[in-house]
Amino acid sequence: MSTRVYDCLKAIGEKIIENKDFLTDLDREIGDADHGVNMARGFQSVIEKVSQEDPDIGAALKKTGMTLLSTVGGASGPLYGTAYMEAAKVLAGKQVLEPEDFKAALEAAIAGIQKRGKAEKGEKTMLDSLIPALEAYTDKIEAGAGLFEGLDAACKAANEGIEFTKTIAATKGRASYLGDRSIGHQDPGATSATMTLEVIRDFVKG
Amino acid sequence: MKKLINGVDNIVDEMLDGMVAAYPKYIKRLDGFDVVVRAGGSEGKVALVSGGGSGHEPAHGGFVGKGMLDGAIAGAVFTSPTPDQIFEAIKAANGGKGVLLVIKNYTGDVMNFEMAADMARDEGIEVDQVITADDVAVENSTWTTGRRGIAGTIFVHKLAGACAEAGGSLSEVKRIAEKVIENVRSMGMAVNACTVPAAGKPSFDLAEDEIEIGIGIHGEPGVNREKIGTVNDIADKLLDKIFAEGIYNSGDEVAVMVNGMGGTPLMELFVANKHISEVLAGKNIKVYKTLVGNYMTSLDMEGFSITLLKVDDELKKLLDAPADTPAFVQV
Repeated sequence: MSTRVYDCLKAIGEKIIENKDFLTDLDREIGDADHGVNMARGFQSVIEKVSQEDPDIGAALKKTGMTLLSTVGGASGPLYGTAYMEAAKVLAGKQVLEPEDFKAALEAAIAGIQKRGKAEKGEKTMLDSLIPALEAYTDKIEAGAGLFEGLDAACKAANEGIEFTKTIAATKGRASYLGDRSIGHQDPGATSATMTLEVIRDFVKG
Repeated sequence: MKKLINGVDNIVDEMLDGMVAAYPKYIKRLDGFDVVVRAGGSEGKVALVSGGGSGHEPAHGGFVGKGMLDGAIAGAVFTSPTPDQIFEAIKAANGGKGVLLVIKNYTGDVMNFEMAADMARDEGIEVDQVITADDVAVENSTWTTGRRGIAGTIFVHKLAGACAEAGGSLSEVKRIAEKVIENVRSMGMAVNACTVPAAGKPSFDLAEDEIEIGIGIHGEPGVNREKIGTVNDIADKLLDKIFAEGIYNSGDEVAVMVNGMGGTPLMELFVANKHISEVLAGKNIKVYKTLVGNYMTSLDMEGFSITLLKVDDELKKLLDAPADTPAFVQV
């Protein structure tokens, strides 16, 4: 991924918007039926606001995070907003993404989500996809793999994370009110987070 | 879906303009924001600011006025407002004596309000917060997000609002708010789910003879589903769960709220209240004041919640203090 950060963010947005109803339906099962609607509204705004002219990955991600923060609402707004803004700090000034950069950005994003949401892995949240994704990605690139291979492993792990969320009860967020009734349903946040990683992977592949 | 709307995207915006058009004496809207504040401002007093997703009308904008709130933020339907909007409300409501945020306990609301509070503190505004969590349907343990804030929140608006109106300091207003939170419990149920306009279909499906006990106010399913019984039986179930808290005992005095979820006839709420008042009398719990109506709704949901607030002399005085707002007037 060179200077095409805008195209990548646009692709993420389009994927989220395309899956608006799917994400909302997942949320309808265990939450309050608004995840897709809110995320789509946020990314519509991101697509409008992030400039095609801006080659600085950090600056584009910062604008994305701030836009999500002020348009998404709910829990997803602060969580995704924080994730993008924390990743932005790590990638400030960069125009090319090296494998190590993505690792640092994903680490920072996850740390931001954990701090803001006070959540750990295993609580049926987006972290159940993102943390295994980071681990798989790190293993790959430490073994010498490139960005695409690393991301491909990350996506596999993230999808396994989605499957894992079906087997556990939520202890964070609105789904936690359901207790064991949330078992059997996949987490909408883990799903949208995995979609994001998949778009980045496909984008890197070209 | 059949709704009286012009389009799903403009509902909140049009609702706020409509509210201001109806009650210009009480409220004004902040230009460009989904925020209403008192028409006359809040100079020289502690400001109470609350808010949350839309769809709970008259909460919270309907309670902005003398003796209750100073500002309210309306998020998208059932979605917490964003930090930038809350920040504007804090700035506009601030009368120089500090601002108390009344937050309902939901993951998103708490995160967004806390981010806004940080932004306001950076600008030198004194901000504190309380979190309402009155819903006994949800077990409170370290393994959940904690109990939800529902209709009991209105008692916080009323009593902390009265304290602020009487010149209470920020710490005094916060103490009252926390005292109310300690003594207030609620539980709700639904006969039929609500339909979020943007989703276009009911939030959950109930068979003709089924009800959902322990529902929240966002169309989220409850804690269990069962066959419908009489309203007396249903009220007993809700009350049993509330009594199990052990804070309402023989000889106590309580304020009662029988709250409609938006699509419930008042007739049915009064039928419920007849039984509730008899059950309380049977337990030798004195009803000091009763509110029956739609205070914290959930769009068009059919159902109701029961709220009990244990009151002592201090809380009774604040409960009786005058209030003048679009949705609650007491002389």
